[in-house]
Amino acid sequence: MGSEIGQAIAAGILGGGVYALMAAGLTLVFGVLDIINVAQGILVVLGAYLSYTISQHLHLDPLVGLVITVPGMFLLGLVIYWLFIRPLRGAERTSMTLLACFAVALIIEGVLYRVYGSGYVSITAWFTSSSIHILDFYLADSYLIGFGLAAVAMALLYLMLYRTTFGRAVRATMQNQSAARLIGIDVTRVSAVTFGIGTAVTAVGGMVYGAISGGFTPNSGYDLISRLLAIVILAGMGSIGGALVTAVLMTTAEALVDIWQPDWSVAVFYAALVIILTIRPAGLFGRRAVRAQ
Amino acid sequence: MTASEPAAGQQAAGTTGPGASKATGTWSSRLARPRLAGAAGLVILIAAIGFFPLVFTNATATNFGVVTLIFVAVVAAWNLFSGFSGYLSLGHAVFYGTGAYFLVVAAKDWNFTNSSVFWLLPLAGLVAAVVAIPLGLIALRVRRHTFVVITIAYFFIAQLAASNLKVTGGSSGLLPPVPNYAASTFNNPFYYVAMLIAAASVALSWLIRRSRFGLQLRAIRDDEDRAAGLGVRAMPVKLSALVLSAFITGMAGALWVYFIGEAYPQFVFDPLFDLAVVLMGFFGGLGTVAGPVLGALVLEPTQLWLNLQESNGYSAEILFGALFLVVIIFLPRGVLPTGAEYLTSIRARIARRRSAEGGPPVPVPEPASQSTPAAGGTQ
Repeated sequence: MGSEIGQAIAAGILGGGVYALMAAGLTLVFGVLDIINVAQGILVVLGAYLSYTISQHLHLDPLVGLVITVPGMFLLGLVIYWLFIRPLRGAERTSMTLLACFAVALIIEGVLYRVYGSGYVSITAWFTSSSIHILDFYLADSYLIGFGLAAVAMALLYLMLYRTTFGRAVRATMQNQSAARLIGIDVTRVSAVTFGIGTAVTAVGGMVYGAISGGFTPNSGYDLISRLLAIVILAGMGSIGGALVTAVLMTTAEALVDIWQPDWSVAVFYAALVIILTIRPAGLFGRRAVRAQ
Repeated sequence: MTASEPAAGQQAAGTTGPGASKATGTWSSRLARPRLAGAAGLVILIAAIGFFPLVFTNATATNFGVVTLIFVAVVAAWNLFSGFSGYLSLGHAVFYGTGAYFLVVAAKDWNFTNSSVFWLLPLAGLVAAVVAIPLGLIALRVRRHTFVVITIAYFFIAQLAASNLKVTGGSSGLLPPVPNYAASTFNNPFYYVAMLIAAASVALSWLIRRSRFGLQLRAIRDDEDRAAGLGVRAMPVKLSALVLSAFITGMAGALWVYFIGEAYPQFVFDPLFDLAVVLMGFFGGLGTVAGPVLGALVLEPTQLWLNLQESNGYSAEILFGALFLVVIIFLPRGVLPTGAEYLTSIRARIARRRSAEGGPPVPVPEPASQSTPAAGGTQ
């Protein structure tokens, strides 16, 4: 039992790193553009399928494949922003952008079904079938590689946000869009690139998800987005550090519940969401009250 | 949509100069009694819907009819809450599915068969309404994005519960009783019950929109804090709208499950259902009475037809998404409100031109006074 719990906590923390990365993209986009990209889930699945295709048909290592998929997803993000998000203005922008993202998600899902069918596939590579033995428990290599990749991507994201001029512009836009515009920041450009970055992280997230999830279909996007939204809302919208902590907490809790109640473990996310928001509507790490938004 | 045809005629007449003003006059006078025209249109629509299964007797057509009317009921009910109050719910499938599962379980336990099952529909609505109270009390504390996400969370909790609870039969699902109607007119009882629920749903929206309660809801949509400051008790108002909406949605879900004759978790709690409802509401015009009806009447048969063309329905998904994007970008407020704005602006342009020419050549009523009720009439 003890080793089972230890194993669950280790898997929860490692898996949480990957969710943290995907959620970071979501929360970054929310902070800068004030929209919820509900297509994030299906974009992760798209990233997973791209990595799957690269490893299956081009016979490339999925890690090397990221060199292709990350810029590809970045460009896709730019296109989605430019065509469907940028034209939406006015009082109803909140709901309109949400629905536009949903529509994009539907289209991507339909295309994935057409191309890959509805059967389960999974990414296989040198790290997906082996594990290492530390102390008392076994850790799958795919979890370690996934966590490592997520950590590197998060570090890059952090450096970009806090050590570059562009990152300064992003943070300024997050704080106050009109003020950012007044001091000469090209808010449209910042928004486009942020959306691109938020989408690009799904290439990495998707590759890891495809390797650790033990099989995915185009339908997996719904499960993913609901978890990601739960993490982002629980953490408090726009808080990247909060998303990281919350992601790890939630996946660990899920892994622990999974030991004795495997059927209900997924409900941990939603139950926590509902309970915590009744007590603290701003989320765990939210700075501004959600009610006042 | 019918209202935009005279508008196009009017524009063509207006641009060809003073000689065409006569035509403009006839169009204007025909539009001078929008209320009468609206009532006539309504009677024709109801008659057309009522006689539809008698004219088109093949099973596919009446099948489309039943499902479409169920969607009319649900979209109007969804709009009654989300459209009027501005709280976008992506979790109405929870109420739909609750009503559906209640009907299946109750019919089995209490031995209801054939037409008597229909008596369970109001009860199914009531159960969905009761479920809506705690869900609303929690979710309506937060606004905007967070509210949407909580409704999505509700949806997934409900789906998970349906797949794991004993009462819903878990993932193997349940089968409602099969009525012993004659094969050739099997769909007709369902059709007329669906029509009743749809009519009730639309009538309720219309009544609410004209009432003080509807005004309070729209005040909340426009600025909740200011509405509260003016004395609107926001929580009871929002919650009542949600409960009413859940009641109708639950009834519709119960009817639907009896009609299709099977209840599986993935099927009864379907994320695409939520999306389709929202899309139909947006397509016609959020917060209007006629808009959601138009959206359901146009989009649901289209979706059903597309699904017939291809068994797996993925093209329908792609097309639906694309259509959704087109509506959002080009008709951001929905077909009816955008159409009404278009009509009003054309009328105003013609009125301006006419006054510049020194009065209308044919004696017609003041154009400026007509444009307002006509535009308002589409709401």
